[in-house]
Amino acid sequence: MTTSPTALVPKSAAPASLGRRVLSALYVRKRLQLALLLAAPTGWFVVLYLGSLAVLLVTAFWFLDPTTSSIVRSLTLQNFVTLISEPVYRTIALRTVTIAAVVTITDAAIAFPIAYYMARVAAPRPRSILFMLVLLPLWSSYLVRVYAWRVILSPGGLLDWFFTTIGLPGLSPGFSDASMWLVFSYLWLPYMILPIYAGLERIPQSLFEASADLGGRGWMTFRRIVVPLVLPALAAGSIFTFSLTLGDYITPKLVSNTQFIGNVIYDSQGVSNNVPFAAAFAVVPIAIMAAYLLLARRLGAFDAL
Amino acid sequence: MGRLGLRIATAAGFAFLYIPIVVIVLYAFNAQRVQAWPIQQYSTEWFAAAFESPSVRAAFALSVEIGLGATFVALVLGSAAAFAVQRYRFFGRETISFALVLPIALPGIVTGMALNSTINAAGIGFTIFTIIVGHATFCIVVVYNNVIARLRRSSRSIEEASMDLGADPWQTFRYITFPVIRTALVAGGLLAFALSFDEIIVTTFTAGTQETLPIWIFSHLRLPNQRPIVNVVAVFLIVLSAAPVYLASRLSGSTGVGGSRT
Repeated sequence: MTTSPTALVPKSAAPASLGRRVLSALYVRKRLQLALLLAAPTGWFVVLYLGSLAVLLVTAFWFLDPTTSSIVRSLTLQNFVTLISEPVYRTIALRTVTIAAVVTITDAAIAFPIAYYMARVAAPRPRSILFMLVLLPLWSSYLVRVYAWRVILSPGGLLDWFFTTIGLPGLSPGFSDASMWLVFSYLWLPYMILPIYAGLERIPQSLFEASADLGGRGWMTFRRIVVPLVLPALAAGSIFTFSLTLGDYITPKLVSNTQFIGNVIYDSQGVSNNVPFAAAFAVVPIAIMAAYLLLARRLGAFDAL
Repeated sequence: MGRLGLRIATAAGFAFLYIPIVVIVLYAFNAQRVQAWPIQQYSTEWFAAAFESPSVRAAFALSVEIGLGATFVALVLGSAAAFAVQRYRFFGRETISFALVLPIALPGIVTGMALNSTINAAGIGFTIFTIIVGHATFCIVVVYNNVIARLRRSSRSIEEASMDLGADPWQTFRYITFPVIRTALVAGGLLAFALSFDEIIVTTFTAGTQETLPIWIFSHLRLPNQRPIVNVVAVFLIVLSAAPVYLASRLSGSTGVGGSRT
């Protein structure tokens, strides 16, 4: 510390102000301190966040009167009946979940060699540079990165040009489910690299040596040592890749011509003003994520976050 | 996998991460309004046009205002929660970290839609205030993670030494505790600001007619004659959301996924 103790003495010798007397009185009352510290953050979370989630759940059981287009505040299952009986919503929900799952698998496959190289091969200095290079896209604007892909994928864009140049015109994904898969995998890749990297870094070198001493070749060591130990980290990363894809509506809007759950929520809320229906459809990703988080916790993901 | 294969896979992975960013930066210098590849002619004229655009300036000012508001709330609430969890034992202590991470673990549209239904049900209007509330809700965890990590690493004995030497609680906080957590607060605040500045999903659901910079991009990117300006604003947004991250990681040493975003 730069402040020398002598600098403190004259101040405490001066008559204590009211504020300081209050602080000193507070100092011995641990419970009161704790209450003061916790009041604001828990109040914010319970009232604003959990309260809002509760309101969302209640709103999902209200409905929009089509003749007056006003919201009727009496409980009904009408929105959920519509969700289940209209095949289009099933298709949309299924598409969303499938792409979220495929993106998660793709990211795990791309992230693993990168994380392995960073954690177990690279020297300390290149490692810290690579770490920064993973971190920057993670934090740099999400919307801009989707927009960049829209520019790349659009007709006459970079991918179109690339496939034409190598003599395979028409292979560019354009705006489709395939382009969504590509862009989502791109967007959430850093979220998968970082936990796997941390998980791989924690494996003691001695385990690799022990495996080699016992005759384990590369593949055997990988399957019996690396995979089990890195599984919680993989599950942790997958929470992000899965959840973020599940709730997105910007990416489908910008690089595809199909709809996600998020698009229906967005349009119901913003375009047709049917907030109750939007709320009802928002319950679907909540339920899926709740199941997913329970599963991830069993795999030890929360300790690897 | 052999060493060489590993190197190639890593290099390809990083190329995948950076090519789109390089492409969008190049397009910001594209002289033409048509976004074809390869770019025929380069120019810096759109930077001046973007700088002079009144709607871009207004959106930028609004984004800064919201970012500062959300960061302020996050700093106060996040560090209070960090002190409570790290320094005290109480019932429900484990739940707090889990609850704080929920707004970023659940899809952003859930947080957005929840706040949207509440604002609708309560009949309060959609204002800059509701946007700040929405942003602060997911920014708190970033400050919390940074401060609690610092508190875990620092020893309480220097505070006890300060008290033994006759400092009152305020002096101990002012001269000992605060300097210890200062850089963690700066790092957490920078990350919170970057998160807020870049956010679009929660913003859409908590905003009325307000246009933040990401919403400005989203509503203008389909207009062909606005594209060159959108490109410039996009590059600006990349720089402004990446710079705090670089600074923060210099200050605090690490910013894991736990402190990340939707």
